[in-house]
Amino acid sequence: MTGSIITVKNVCKRFKKVEALVDVSLEAKPGEVLFIFGPSGGGKSTLLRCINQLEKVDEGEIIVDGIRVTDHGADLDTLRAEVGMVFQLFNLFPHLTVLQNISIAQERVRKWPKAQANETAHKLLERVGLPEKSEAYPHQLSGGQKQRVAIARALAMNPKIMLFDEPTSALDAEMIREVLDVMVDLAREGMTMMVVSHEMGFAKAAADRMVFLANGRVVEEGTVEQIYQNPKEARTKAFLDQILY
Amino acid sequence: MPDSNPTIEKASERKIPGLFPTAARLKTLPWWALVVLLLGISLVYAITSIPSYQDAFEFIAPGLRVTFIASVSAFGIALVIGLVVGLGRISSNVVAYNLATFYVEVVRGIPMIVIIIYVAFVLVPIVVGGMNGLGHLILSTPWLAFLHGMGENLYSMSVQDIDSMARAIAGLAFGFGAYEAEVFRAGIQSIEKGQMEAARSLGMSYFQAMRHVILPQAIRVILPPLGNDFIAMLKDSSLISVLAVRDLTQLGKLNRSRTFRTFETWNTVTYLYLSMTLLGSMAVKWLERKFKSGDR
Ligand SMILES: Nc1ncnc2c1ncn2[C@@H]1O[C@H](COP(=O)(O)OP(=O)(O)O)[C@@H](O)[C@H]1O
Ligand SMILES: [Mg+2]
Repeated sequence: MTGSIITVKNVCKRFKKVEALVDVSLEAKPGEVLFIFGPSGGGKSTLLRCINQLEKVDEGEIIVDGIRVTDHGADLDTLRAEVGMVFQLFNLFPHLTVLQNISIAQERVRKWPKAQANETAHKLLERVGLPEKSEAYPHQLSGGQKQRVAIARALAMNPKIMLFDEPTSALDAEMIREVLDVMVDLAREGMTMMVVSHEMGFAKAAADRMVFLANGRVVEEGTVEQIYQNPKEARTKAFLDQILY
Repeated sequence: MPDSNPTIEKASERKIPGLFPTAARLKTLPWWALVVLLLGISLVYAITSIPSYQDAFEFIAPGLRVTFIASVSAFGIALVIGLVVGLGRISSNVVAYNLATFYVEVVRGIPMIVIIIYVAFVLVPIVVGGMNGLGHLILSTPWLAFLHGMGENLYSMSVQDIDSMARAIAGLAFGFGAYEAEVFRAGIQSIEKGQMEAARSLGMSYFQAMRHVILPQAIRVILPPLGNDFIAMLKDSSLISVLAVRDLTQLGKLNRSRTFRTFETWNTVTYLYLSMTLLGSMAVKWLERKFKSGDR
């Protein structure tokens, strides 16, 4: 299919004996929001990490925005600058202020002048609802605030694609909403997103397609209504029943 | 545990308030430091007023400068070696990893004094020989004519040109580099993997991530052992006296054979080393506190 911004073709990834991904194929068009869910250990993180090449695939190919990232010698720094990633445990830089966390990559990677980087950072903080926290250090923030800063940090590079790996799994219930709100806004603005999560509310509000990944395989894939209302595979149904009671 | 002292003091004060120190409090006073201080004062007195001590001090004191310069330069080079080799030790590149590990394991298995002798009399001649060979190659290659000036310098280089101070510094740096490499490795590995991944996923190169994200955090872990190693370097630099470098120890040996005043000589040498290491320890503690209380 042409017009895809992410193409994952027959990807296999092994860790010693563990088959983390088995013949996984997926596509995402620009502006699409893919919601990826499945049991723990199913390969969801590995899939995202292969897309921005934090992990190397064993077989198959991945093409992101026209770059075959699985090629030997692909320009990974450039790739990663176009692909934002948000982690379950935030991974903010604890020795830097919130503002520095957001501006550092613009200065070091994009080589933008400090003033411009800080201006962007302030705008993004406004956007994620934390304009007053620019001088705080990460340890002074709540979990939800940390994750919103992490999203702002990824957005500062002006990425074409955003990958979210269980962005709300480490958060207390009352903080999940503030992070999902930011993500829904982002989806509405047309960002291409791959979101690994179990927040079905987010899927309903913002996802275009859902992918059920288990044992390293894409078990089922379809629109939110399809998967939600009548999953074809028994395993998908069983898993949905489980997480929705 | 030095931290427990203040609490003991407070507890005893609360029990028996009074002007005079209680028995419990007497136990916690740093008597050892008082003794050091008294010994120091008597030595200063001796040096300023007893001729034989005065003579020993005047002869030996210039060694302070040599010991200090050798230690600081060797430690500076050892830090560079340590950083590079430490990165090699955690590298996924097989060649870098094995070269780094070879160096660390071999050097740490050899006594420091042997390393110093080995570097001075084996490695330095080998390197000079290599330079000569390189110079010869340049001189005998017509299309490298533009490098002939350098080639001549390299070719005429001689082992005698490398003085014993330079060899001593090279030896100490080579020996300590292996230990500093392990300090850097441990410090870097103490930082969560997620930090590197977050930095890389923002498009930073490996070295940018190291420089701006990992090392600034690792420095808190790295600094205390580095400080200890610098103090160790001040002491172990005494080994370079085997190369006849005129450091504190060497001047001590010379003064002793010059005057036969064993007591005066070694009391003075000991006092000078202690002043350096105690001052060094204080400086290291101050630095550590500064880094701990700084931004986080
Ligand atoms: N770095 C790694 N080393 C070894 N095994 C790994 C590594 N990363 C993931 N795995 C294994 O690969 C499988 C998929 O993991 P992961 O992608 O993290 O699953 P998920 O994110 O869906 O929970 C699991 O069995 C996990 O133990
Ligand atoms: Mg995961």
